[in-house]
Amino acid sequence: MNEFSNAFRTALHLLVEMDPGLLEVVLLSLRVSLSAVILAAVFALPLGAFVALTQFPGRRGVVILMNAMMSLPPVVVGLVIYLLLSRTGPLGTTGLLFTPTAMVIAQCVLVFPIIAALTRQTVFDLHEEYDEYLRSVGAGTRQKIATLLWDGRARLLTAILAGFGRAIAEVGAVIIVGGNILHSTRVMTTTIALETSKGDLGMALGLGIILVLIAVAVNTAVVTIGGGANQRTV
Amino acid sequence: METPQKKLLTGAIVLAGLAALGSYALLSSPKGTTITLASTTSTENSGLLGYLLPIFKGESGIGVRVVAVGTGQAMRMAMKGDADVVLVHHRPSEELFVEEGYGVERISVMHNDFIIVGPASDPAGIKGVTDVAAALGRVRSSRAPFVSRGDDSGTHKRELSLWGALGLQPGDDDGDWYRESGSGQGATLNVASEMDAYCLSDRASWVTFGNKRGLELLVEGDPLLLNPYSVILVNPQKYPHIKAPEGQQFIDWLVSERGQQLIAAYRVEGQQLFFPDALEATEE
Amino acid sequence: MQSQHHMLPLVVNGVSYVVNGKAIIEDVSFTIEDAGLTVLLGPNGAGKSSLLKLCHGLWPLSSGSIRWGDADVQDAKQKQAMVFQRPVLLRRSAAENVDHVLKLRGASSADRARVIEESLEWAGLADIADMPARKLSGGEQQSLTIARAWALNPEVLLLDEPTANLDPAATRRVEDLIRSFAEAGKKVIMATHNIAQARRLADEVLFLNHGRLLEQAPAEQFMSGPSDPLAARFIAGELVE
Repeated sequence: MNEFSNAFRTALHLLVEMDPGLLEVVLLSLRVSLSAVILAAVFALPLGAFVALTQFPGRRGVVILMNAMMSLPPVVVGLVIYLLLSRTGPLGTTGLLFTPTAMVIAQCVLVFPIIAALTRQTVFDLHEEYDEYLRSVGAGTRQKIATLLWDGRARLLTAILAGFGRAIAEVGAVIIVGGNILHSTRVMTTTIALETSKGDLGMALGLGIILVLIAVAVNTAVVTIGGGANQRTV
Repeated sequence: METPQKKLLTGAIVLAGLAALGSYALLSSPKGTTITLASTTSTENSGLLGYLLPIFKGESGIGVRVVAVGTGQAMRMAMKGDADVVLVHHRPSEELFVEEGYGVERISVMHNDFIIVGPASDPAGIKGVTDVAAALGRVRSSRAPFVSRGDDSGTHKRELSLWGALGLQPGDDDGDWYRESGSGQGATLNVASEMDAYCLSDRASWVTFGNKRGLELLVEGDPLLLNPYSVILVNPQKYPHIKAPEGQQFIDWLVSERGQQLIAAYRVEGQQLFFPDALEATEE
Repeated sequence: MQSQHHMLPLVVNGVSYVVNGKAIIEDVSFTIEDAGLTVLLGPNGAGKSSLLKLCHGLWPLSSGSIRWGDADVQDAKQKQAMVFQRPVLLRRSAAENVDHVLKLRGASSADRARVIEESLEWAGLADIADMPARKLSGGEQQSLTIARAWALNPEVLLLDEPTANLDPAATRRVEDLIRSFAEAGKKVIMATHNIAQARRLADEVLFLNHGRLLEQAPAEQFMSGPSDPLAARFIAGELVE
């Protein structure tokens, strides 16, 4: 229990002091994960909707694959992207290894299947509900996708938040492709890992508490913004 | 109409997106030149680099980005051209690195030493023993729990060579007493402290380790426990993109009087952790 | 009421609809020539909904043909609107639901605003325009779907048991709207199993059972004495299997 009280005290201390080191890693964590989620959502939402609405050969296999990729281990994703971005790798000339951009890419890969699979499920369910009506009024495929995506916005927002949760909480991918470089690619989770490995468990736990608080803050913000809309989306 | 609400939501999302991406333009462009240094977790965790590098940057304008991993991984990273300079502590690996043309020259920088830590109860009875071979022999014969780095780091390689000198390979299923954490020094010390086990550690990591609990320093001083560090510039002929001039500047600074004095001046809890080697120019 | 009807006569010829080996609609043929309100009457499971949806082009025919005037079923769909048994409404306000279909038809934003106001006014829904559609009462919801259909200015209105789940007050409200549609010169075809409702609304009755058309007659004639014995038993209130 000593570690826990130590951790709370540390967390409070860091927050009150507005420790600049803490601010730096928090901002970077948010930047990387938000960018990854938004980038993933831009492609995953229409893709998920498309797979839900279109018949094509091998669709069943694609759905299975999409669902399975939600379980991609972050560390494996990190490793693969590391190999791709390494100087000796196929994308080595981009010089992106050990940069925040590489971290965004890795997290985007992790988050994409979550948003796509949940979008597919949501749109599929809504499609069942609205299909005859949409055909009755003559909606084209693109219009159907837009209608269903907007109508499912509460559930889709949850899917996006799930993606964000995955991104901000993972350490395996960002530590490999980012290198945990001080002032450059060090985020909250990698800092926690580092402090733990140094035996500074109180600090590590304190940072963990702050990370959870940030997650709560982000979710609160989203619910508040969508709050008015939320009333109409039941 | 819900349009104002919809616009607010869309606007908020777009804003968040722009803020996230736009912040890249402002924050991530490196000010001035940087080089990438592949070094080890023990070096990083000692705090030495956090102490030295800002000074170097102030004097030269060159930022040093440190990727801290195990020695084995650091060498492999450099072999793939993903770092400009390596700073590691395993001589055979370093010599091979240069021999195979990946590194320009192996230059001694500093040394610290390894120690054996273990439970205060000391079931193998090695406290104060100065002969590390004897100490390890006792650990094994008493089958007392021992935690190894198991991660191909410099420390791990040294540990294996110490066992090897006794004709032992405890990793090869010798028994439950020998555990491999596959992690950095701090994490390994964590395991050792939890399990009341013996462990080989570099002194710097031990001094800065925050979770000692029941562990104590038991064995030190054997010359076999000396831990020299070298710095090597990755060969620009192998990888033209290597920032050779800046990398060399860093190396020159490390082995200059200024750099060496700073290394000697670094203290944690009043203890000097690293001892400069370059000025003595001892190449054996 | 006189009106231009490019959509009539509706000619259904030898239509069958078979699913998994089971004939939902079996060899049905009829013609509807006059405007006004035609009711498809019959017990539950008779195939009324299915026939309606086939005529609206939502499902493919297994055999036979359907033509609306000069047009085939797919082309005719654009000039029709359908109201389903359970009101299908998007998760948005009442006004936005109407806006949605108008946008699909490519109306300009000024036009849309005007038509939305008129349709909601027409259906007596002006004061709940900004309420979330799904929070409205059953009667209001179904009225909204009819208002939405009205906004499309179709030539034909198809309704599939629109008041099956509504209380009497709501039913009355919806029936009034349906009647307005017919009085405006649109062709209305409505499926129902409710004899009293058929009596109230129908100009013409088609009686179906087990996927077959058993009788087609003007409403007065049918209600006073149908020729088909099953139909007679049905309107006498018996359970017809």
